[in-house]
This record gives sequence, C-alpha cells and structure tokens, in this order.
Amino acid sequence: MTRAALAILRKDLLVERRTRESVPAMALFSVTVLVLFHFALDRDSLDGALASGVLWVTLLLAAVLGVGRLFASEREEGGMDGILLAPIDRTAVWVAKALALLAYLVVVEVVAVPVFAVLLLGPDLMPALPGLVATLVLADVGLAAVGALVAALAAESRARELVATLLFLPLVVPAAVAATAATEPLFAGAQTADGTGRWLIFLAAYALLFVLLSVGVFDYLLED
Amino acid sequence: MTERTVDVTRAGRSLPAVAGTSPEAAAGPAVEVRELERSFGERPVLEGVSFDLAAGETLAVLGANGAGKTTLLRVLAGLLRPHAGSVRVLGAALPEDGWRARARVGLLGHDSGLYRALSARENLRFHARLHGVGRERVEELIDAVGLGSRAQDPVRELSRGGVQRLAVARAVLHDPPLLLLDEPRSGLDPGAEELVEPLVGRGSGRTRVVVTHDVEGALEECDRALGLLGGRPAFVAGPGALEASTVRRELYR
Repeated sequence: MTRAALAILRKDLLVERRTRESVPAMALFSVTVLVLFHFALDRDSLDGALASGVLWVTLLLAAVLGVGRLFASEREEGGMDGILLAPIDRTAVWVAKALALLAYLVVVEVVAVPVFAVLLLGPDLMPALPGLVATLVLADVGLAAVGALVAALAAESRARELVATLLFLPLVVPAAVAATAATEPLFAGAQTADGTGRWLIFLAAYALLFVLLSVGVFDYLLED
Repeated sequence: MTERTVDVTRAGRSLPAVAGTSPEAAAGPAVEVRELERSFGERPVLEGVSFDLAAGETLAVLGANGAGKTTLLRVLAGLLRPHAGSVRVLGAALPEDGWRARARVGLLGHDSGLYRALSARENLRFHARLHGVGRERVEELIDAVGLGSRAQDPVRELSRGGVQRLAVARAVLHDPPLLLLDEPRSGLDPGAEELVEPLVGRGSGRTRVVVTHDVEGALEECDRALGLLGGRPAFVAGPGALEASTVRRELYR
C-alpha cells in the first residue's frame, strides 16, 4: 500500500505544483476572509475566544475549497478508472489524498496564521506558537482524514462541491469546537494554557477515529 | 439461453443471441457473460446480454449511442457491478473476484485517463508504479507509440492523436491479456493506427472487446460481433453471417 500511496501522493503534488489550482486558491481565500473579518468587526486586536473562533472558521472554510478539488485531476480525464484497475489496496487512494490535503492545509496555515497575527490578533503570537502548532497539527490530521473520505464520497456525485461541503462541515464540528477551545487560552495572553491539553487529546482521538473509520470503509466506498 | 433475434444476416435469416462455441471457448472462455443486467436508477441500460469470448478472440460491440456499449465495457472491467446475471473475466467471477481480474485487464475508455498537467513520461511512470512495472517498459512504449520526441511535453500540449496514442500505451503498460477498447482508433491518422496496431490490434494476440461505430472495420477484424439495441442484445454472431449495411440499418435506425 505504501508504494501505491506514495505514487498517488507524488502525482497529486506534482499536478498541484503545475496547475496551482488548490493551494493558492485556499491561501488567497483565507487571507481574504481574514481581511473581511478585520473590516467587518472593525477591530484590529482580537483575543481569547473571538480570536480563536475567527482563525478556525477561516481555516475550515479554506479547507472546504481543498476538499472540493481533491479528486479534480481524477475526474477531469477519467484518471480514477486507471487507479481502480491497478492491483493496489484502494485504501492507498485515501492515504494519498489525506496526505495531500494535509500538505495543502500546512501551506495555507503558514500563510494565514501570520496574516491573522498582523491583522487581527491582539496578544503576541510567539508565546502561543508552540501550543498553536500542536493544535494545528492534530486538527489538520483530523480534517485531512475527514476531507479525503468526504471528497471520495462526493467525487461521483453531480453536485460534488456542494455535497462535499455539506458533508464536511457538520463532520468537522467536533474538531472545530476542540481546536477553538484549545487555542482560546493561547490567544488570551495567559502564561499557562490550562485546558489546552485535554482538547489536544480530544483532537488526537478525533483524528484517530476518522483514520480508523476511513481505513475500514474506504475500499467499499470506491465500489460502484 | 435466451433466443432474442434480429434479422441482420446476409440471407435474411434470424440469428440466435449466442452463437456456437469455439474449441477455445470449450476449454474455458476468457470472458463469459450470462443474462447480464445493469441499470442506472430505474433505467435499465443492459438487459439479457449473454456471450462467450475465447482467449485471443475479438468481440466487436456495435450499437447506437446509449445502447449500453460503454456500460458493458465498464462491467467487464469490474468498474460497475452487474445487477443480475453472471460475468466471468479471465476465470474470475465479478464482482466477487474482481481484484483477481483487475490487474489483467487493460481499459481504453472514452476518457484518456491521463493527467493533462503531467508529461507523457510522467503519466506512464505513475501508472507503472501502480502496476509495479519497470521504467524500461515505459520507455519501450513511449517509443512504440512514436512519442519519443514528445515524452517530456505535458499531455495538454499533445494533439488529439498524440493523447490517444499515449492512452493506448497506458492501457497496455502492464501487458494485460484482455483489452477493453472504446473506439481505440478515435483521433488516429493512418500512420498512428499502424503504430498502435501491434499493441491493441488483432496482431497483439490479446483477447479484445472493441466498442466501435465502424461497422465495416469491426466486421473485418472481429471473430464475433455483439449488436446492442436499447441495452438488449440484437445478435451475437460471426462476421461472416452479418451484412454491414443491414447491421447499420437495424442498430442505428
């Protein structure tokens, strides 16, 4: 499975590097949403729950764009048939797509978090950074697992981007709640981030649940 | 066995839906389809389709647009489940044993299955990795389809014929004994047709199921022909028993 997953991942990253259809759109979208929040709230200094909520809503909406296009290269020229006819464990497709989405999210966050800090965040970002990075990593794994599963479910439907969005957002509500709660004390300027730890454990459990679920059902999902 | 009949013969007599079996078929057909049915939603697309195909033989599948030809190919490839009837491909019952047949089937479909942003070589190498095929085979096929000088070019910059030649190379990359071909000569000039002939033509020695609208060409090169009319088999017969003009009139009216 590893060989096939790496081959599909390598192909996806190469296609994205050439076409630049997903990551730039996700990054630009997240920056635009942050600018909109900046003007809509008419504030340039958020902290605590509000700052945390603004960041995670922005990242989740940007992730929706990536989920919607995760199988785009397969759809356009019938590439999925070639993959399905290969003698591979089909779970490799999910692994590759989840890793690709994870990579996209990391790149988007590298752009969006500094913009968020400049435009909206009141407290200094640097003290919050280690906890924020841990939250981002765990949340991203969960989002990528759910995103790849949902993208595959929606890939064959006519209104695939709508279906992907309508399935993805409700499923990631627990992750959004946990990530926002984990980040809130970090953005409150507190010296100790009490409570962050248990939300990180929740995020890890959420990610693990969807990884196991995806591995269990993905093969059936690609059946006709 | 169902005895659906349509009068398409030279002599004007009706043919059984399943023609007699060849000695190869008696030894175990490469493809065996019995009373296949497949629907999309409430709409039946294939009904009562039955035929055998011996190893090395070519079956031409004829019929108007929407007759169920592509659906039949996708069922044989294991990409669509039969809703009724039985399908055996290279000894594997579908869909239960689909994984056994999967790696031994080459599908050349409507869509090229190629990534437009990747080069010809990158596309073949990607599929080669999935099939565990070496790079030598990739280079061999790039040369065989005459794309040696364009191997680094993105697929989106290739001509229609170039894309089709590359799609042919992709379909035979893993040297499959069974080829499922949907209009394999589409977009090819006579020179390109000669290039792909040893790979997907009759001379390839592979068992082939070929979907085409070229009735005369199909009857020249097939061992038997299946005519589909609204998803139902109009005939399964050897080419010697069929008249091209009558086939065209009956199937494309």
